Amino acid sequence: MDPGDNQPAPRILSSRLLTAVWAALACLTGLTMLLASIDLGFYNVLAALAIATAKALLVIAFFMHLKYEGRLLKGLLFLAFVLLAIFIGLTFLDLAFRAPGQS
Amino acid sequence: MPEPRRDQAGAKLGMWLFLYSEMVLFGGLFLLYAAYLHRYQPEFHRAAQGLDALLGGINTVVLITSSLFMALSLTALQTGQPGRCLGMLALTVLLGASFLVNKALEWGEKFQHGIYPGSPGVLALPPGEGTFYSLYFALTGLHGLHVLVGVVLLGVVMLMLWRGRLRQDHPALLENAGLYWHLVDLIWLFLFPLFYLIT
Amino acid sequence: MNPAGHPDAADDRGFLAPPGGRRGLGSWVFSTDHKRIGLLYLGCILALFLAGALLGLAMRLKLMTPGNELLAAQTYNAVFTLHGVIMIFLVLIPSIPASFGNFLLPLHIGANDVAFPRLNLLSWWLYLAGALVAFVSIFSGSGAPDTGWTFYVPFSQRTTTNVSVAVLAVFILGFSSILTGLNFVTTIHQLRAPGLTWRRLSLFVWSLYATAWIQVLATPILGITALLIFSERVLNLGLFDASRGGDPLLYQHLFWIYSHPAVYIMILPAMGVVSDIIPVFARKRIFGYKMIAFSSLAIASVGSLVWAHHMFTSGMSDLAVLVFSFLTFIVAVPSAIKVFNWLSTLYKGSISLEPPLLYTLGFIWMFSVGGLSGLAQGAAGANIHVHDTYFVVAHFHYVIFGGTGLGLFAALHFWLPKMFGRMYNRRRALAAFWVILAGMNLLYFPMFILGLMGMPRRYYDYLPQFATGQFMSTVGSWILALGLLLMFHNLYAGLRRGPLAGPNPWGAATLEWTLPSPPPRENFAQEPVVHKGPYDFPRQGGHA
Repeated sequence: MDPGDNQPAPRILSSRLLTAVWAALACLTGLTMLLASIDLGFYNVLAALAIATAKALLVIAFFMHLKYEGRLLKGLLFLAFVLLAIFIGLTFLDLAFRAPGQS
Repeated sequence: MPEPRRDQAGAKLGMWLFLYSEMVLFGGLFLLYAAYLHRYQPEFHRAAQGLDALLGGINTVVLITSSLFMALSLTALQTGQPGRCLGMLALTVLLGASFLVNKALEWGEKFQHGIYPGSPGVLALPPGEGTFYSLYFALTGLHGLHVLVGVVLLGVVMLMLWRGRLRQDHPALLENAGLYWHLVDLIWLFLFPLFYLIT
Repeated sequence: MNPAGHPDAADDRGFLAPPGGRRGLGSWVFSTDHKRIGLLYLGCILALFLAGALLGLAMRLKLMTPGNELLAAQTYNAVFTLHGVIMIFLVLIPSIPASFGNFLLPLHIGANDVAFPRLNLLSWWLYLAGALVAFVSIFSGSGAPDTGWTFYVPFSQRTTTNVSVAVLAVFILGFSSILTGLNFVTTIHQLRAPGLTWRRLSLFVWSLYATAWIQVLATPILGITALLIFSERVLNLGLFDASRGGDPLLYQHLFWIYSHPAVYIMILPAMGVVSDIIPVFARKRIFGYKMIAFSSLAIASVGSLVWAHHMFTSGMSDLAVLVFSFLTFIVAVPSAIKVFNWLSTLYKGSISLEPPLLYTLGFIWMFSVGGLSGLAQGAAGANIHVHDTYFVVAHFHYVIFGGTGLGLFAALHFWLPKMFGRMYNRRRALAAFWVILAGMNLLYFPMFILGLMGMPRRYYDYLPQFATGQFMSTVGSWILALGLLLMFHNLYAGLRRGPLAGPNPWGAATLEWTLPSPPPRENFAQEPVVHKGPYDFPRQGGHA
């Protein structure tokens, strides 16, 4: 629960590491565009979102330094995503279960 | 358990809290997107074909590259190279601006075909496709505004760096501006597939 | 009981003294001192509360008899809209956190200010800007908004009144609220004094912490909802327009995803005030400290999952009705935990019935009635009968006015002597309380019955069978207004001319009472080190 206790000293990321992350992001962008040209039905959407999430995690972990932050910030990020998932999920309790003809 | 004042950590926590609230702000629009995708799956697929995936892909690469330069600028400042830091920031701003130009061209092309919010062209589309374009303009518009704010913010940071007001041991402002910029990048990473790749 | 002879208090005006010889408005509206910002908020909030109350009185006067045409129909629509917008967005949401929270949070945790003092000032400026824009929306364009404070589509899209400007005001106010929340969370995490562990925080601070989280994580949804209404009207996006394939219910979802947690933004800090006042006047450690702190967080989190209980009759899926009804009953549990713990604290305490405690007891009564009637509406079946009737109006006025309002008044009676160093008249404060309580109950209780009889809310006129209840309610509004006048007059006279209060008139144990009243500009001359909990009273009470 406690905040920045035992906070590690600010860590300097090497240009090399950052460039490698960038290369991975670029490759994933290529991959997702490639996948989009194949027709997989609704799986296209899922695959695209999965890749987007992977890219987002890379950006958060390295560009935004979250990998090197304390537990507090990581936990809070998780909380924000869970909250969004709940907002959307509970709304779908309504949207996905309306009686036929009720729209 | 003595707790010294930790301004640096405090500034970072405050910035992250702000970022969470930004995520929730966009989250409201993502909720609408999810709801309408659920209702209008075929229509969304058809409407998305009207967007140029290559243009979107280029913009994605532009933004992630700008994010790279942003991250590099922090490394440069921390390793005591303010000149290099300034250069990296200039590249970030340049790429951010070109993202906006690209976006403006894309919107302009749509406007020319009569597709803009509330236009007769949009009203003539079948219900789900019109909704797709309304969401497209709402989300990319709000995102574009954030890019614009980011560019201005980075401009201010550059000015302060130029005047020697940002020191190596106190990079909070640069760090926080960077966090904001990466968040803008992050949101685009989701907008790109949701609008351009669900054909 | 009044240590008026406190030696150095006579001329010591603490933070109220002009800083560096600078006097006047500038020394206030540009000050980053959390105490001054807190007082700025308090002044604005009370002024706007009076404005909102006047609108309420006008409404009651119009509804006194059937067929009354004191207000034109369109004016009446504007009046209930403005009453709602002012009271919710300008008074209740900032009420306790922005005023008392700002003033007390750093004092309670032994800090010299909040984490971001300049941001704090910006929050206040944004609040002021939001209030001004809301004011502009009344007098510009083609008439004051007439949608009700909920801005429901499709009417809010179509109406020609000045809704666009009003929702911009809401957006700005939301931004102000987010910044306050962000500031408070960071302050509580980073600036606690040495030895002030999480378990030694006062329960008021715990409630501010839970509130601040809702402010940070739920308010952005309000922001985007306001922006969407704005762009629906200006850009004609059609996202909620059923004729263009939109779903108007999604607007209601978005609106309540924020606006339900918002009622917890309003009530949680009042609960914190109550939790801090009761032990002081029972001379007893709070019963169930951990459970009260935990229940604040539980209310904040579960309260974010119940929003669709405002939509049971809107055409939602049956499954959603079922689940949201269930969740609504769950959220009652932590609220009940608090009430039971407060009562257990009073049990066998050494109770002194001073004004702050009396207002607090009023809170518990009104909140219990309001909360239990909320469960009646949370039951999906009963809801169909009472939805959008006066029953709902009575419910939320019991909770929000009887709860947050009385909580705010209790806080005023408890902390004004700390803020200004002077004590009000005790007898008049007690008398005002009874008038207020009588007025409130006469004003709102008949509405429960009117609602059960089928009187819909927001209607301009009504059938003769509702006349008795409506008349009683209007008489209640006069008694309430009288009580409020008495109370505010007494408080004002007290802070101007009352006897000196001394540093700790109530013998309370939290950190702010270790300072002189009013507190000095820099709060603590040296950083306090905390060795005990917030409710560990000395064996011999501070009372003489």
